Amino acid sequence: MNRESIDGRLDSAAVAWLDQALAEAAEAADEPDNVAVPRWQLRFAAAGRHCGQENADAVRTLLLRRAAADVGTLTRLYQQGAAAERRAVLLALPDLVPGPEALPLVEDALRTNDTRLVEAAVGPYAAGHLDPHAWRHAVLKCLFTGVPVAAVADAERRAHGDAELARMLADYASERTAAGRSVPADLHRVLIMTGEES
Amino acid sequence: MRIFDPHIHMTSRTTDDYQAMYASGVRALVEPSFWLGQPRTSPASFFDYFDALLGWEPFRAAQYGIAHHCTLALNPKEANDPRCTPVLEELPRYLVKDGVVAVGEIGYDSMTPAEDVALATQLQLAAEYALPAMVHTPHRDKLAGLRRTIDVVAESNLDPEHVLLDHLNETTVKVAADSGSWLGFSIYPDTKMDEDRMVSVLRSHGTDRVLVNSAADWGKSDPLKTRKVGDAMLAAGFSEDDVDKVLWRNPVAFYGLSGRLQLDVPAPEALHEGNSILRGGE
Ligand SMILES: [Zn+2]
Repeated sequence: MNRESIDGRLDSAAVAWLDQALAEAAEAADEPDNVAVPRWQLRFAAAGRHCGQENADAVRTLLLRRAAADVGTLTRLYQQGAAAERRAVLLALPDLVPGPEALPLVEDALRTNDTRLVEAAVGPYAAGHLDPHAWRHAVLKCLFTGVPVAAVADAERRAHGDAELARMLADYASERTAAGRSVPADLHRVLIMTGEES
Repeated sequence: MRIFDPHIHMTSRTTDDYQAMYASGVRALVEPSFWLGQPRTSPASFFDYFDALLGWEPFRAAQYGIAHHCTLALNPKEANDPRCTPVLEELPRYLVKDGVVAVGEIGYDSMTPAEDVALATQLQLAAEYALPAMVHTPHRDKLAGLRRTIDVVAESNLDPEHVLLDHLNETTVKVAADSGSWLGFSIYPDTKMDEDRMVSVLRSHGTDRVLVNSAADWGKSDPLKTRKVGDAMLAAGFSEDDVDKVLWRNPVAFYGLSGRLQLDVPAPEALHEGNSILRGGE
């Protein structure tokens, strides 16, 4: 989300706060930080209470982009962040990290059972960089925890022709059926994407 | 009846508790960091605990329609262990988090010099980070411990009106009230305060600046004690407005001093059959 559309959702105090935060982030981008905790990173942590939790993802990812945060900074912010901050780091990865260096953060998020993190972890960055085994398990994790498969970026392309994924989905479906439980509709959706339905 | 439990250790409780709390009216709570029963041996162990209070536990609470906030600190018991005291140096980076609404629980356990240092340092941090402080009064030698606590608060930069003195009882309420701080009462099964004694305190002292909590944890305790106090107040002739003041507006006013309360958690949706979040995923 860009600056204009975020501003439309903020009151004037929050807009002023964000102005200041973005200026500090831009400064950090020009001149890598030499203080222990740069001010824009304190603002990154405080974004929810100043701009509203419903705008926190948008404000935090904007700050990360403005600061041109590198993998080292993103990793530290993730590791030292509360769940909402970790989520923002995950959402910003496709814009900030071209290579696979930030994969450990995605893998960490996929080990949690926090659906806010799992959902943010299966975006375009995961689609671009997760290896087939990890990607299949990420899809299965979404089905297990109730994260909508719509959140999985590029699912059609990655699932297409994936016989192993189709097998895992079919096994999961029969396990559910054997237990007398319904099969999630999303499972069928992914199974169709594989084109490997039997 | 809407209820805000201002002191409860949900990490030690089950999802059945969350469900029962929601059913009895609990819509918000504060979980103070505290001693886990088993002593910790390194700061890293604290940081994982703090992360849980800022991550997994609010996630669990939200599934039951309850807003979860926390207070963070090095607790007085472990402030005596030099392996744990480096936590104090790392605390500032946690105190800026959105979910943190106070420094706590701090205070005295055995009234040692190490506890003096931890208490004074952390009151200072609260003042610096514009947070209130949640201070418990010791179980042993309570009145003397309370007096010393009030002295340390008076010497700090933190306004007494930004301090909650917790675990009070009939013998300590007067001294605590005279200090100008907020007054917390923990209602337990068997020990400390019970709901009828709480009603008597409310009769003689009034409802101003009074907070009631269950302080439920891994010991014998009852997460529904807040509701039981509300019912006992109504049975004793207090109005619904009195109950709302003690069980909701007072804790909202105290922790609201942080400017960080977010009380709008959506009501839990009936979970899709087969969704396994409630069992913790796999
Ligand atoms: Zn406690």
